[in-house]
Amino acid sequence: MTAEPAGGWTRDPGLQPERTRLAWRRTTLSGTVAAVLAMRTVLRGGATVAGVLVCALCVAFWLGFLLVAHSRIRTLAAAHDPATLSPRQAAAAVLCTIALAVCAAALIS
Amino acid sequence: MIDLARNVRLWFAPQKIRDEGTTPDYRFSLANERTFLAWLRTALALIGGGFAVDQFLPDLRWGWRVGLALALLAAGVLCSLRAVNHWLRCERAMRRGEDLPVSRFPALLSLVVAIVALAMVFVVLVGWEG
Repeated sequence: MTAEPAGGWTRDPGLQPERTRLAWRRTTLSGTVAAVLAMRTVLRGGATVAGVLVCALCVAFWLGFLLVAHSRIRTLAAAHDPATLSPRQAAAAVLCTIALAVCAAALIS
Repeated sequence: MIDLARNVRLWFAPQKIRDEGTTPDYRFSLANERTFLAWLRTALALIGGGFAVDQFLPDLRWGWRVGLALALLAAGVLCSLRAVNHWLRCERAMRRGEDLPVSRFPALLSLVVAIVALAMVFVVLVGWEG
């Protein structure tokens, strides 16, 4: 933590908002890998109706996660001292992740 | 983990978190957020690992394959739940000016990953085509 520059706030020398924004990007990439693996599982398993439905759910949860990430990234980019992540956003991101895992369990067994 | 139920109410009532203490330096909150995201990535990687075991070890016996995959998926669910719970606890501790909470979860997760990895080695050496 370096000291704030005297005479007004120009730029955080630690680039905290940028790093946090990139962390969100990395996390959406991880989610994309999981969603692509879900699609592969369905396509290789012979694409039954139930399989395609669960796959559609996976894509929906992936999109939900992207939405949360996108709104947070916009907040982080807009201000140089952005507001704290709200528990509701954190919960939404986590619920999408858990739902993806539940879909995975349904696809695998 | 016992106070998880109490914290779940806070997830959906975000204004309550602002009732306590004072707002910390935004950089500390952002660091806390990045830690939360790192745990979430770990959870997503575990979920991806569950898919990968199912998809890329097709010669494995059904029981082993599904068992290992479900173990990885369960670890992913636990990891993501813990991520949000720990994030909230850290955020509240920072607002109140308390010490950050300690946790034995990293040690537990390391043990689980080590056990799954050993099981994979065993399965690949012995259980193949079993």
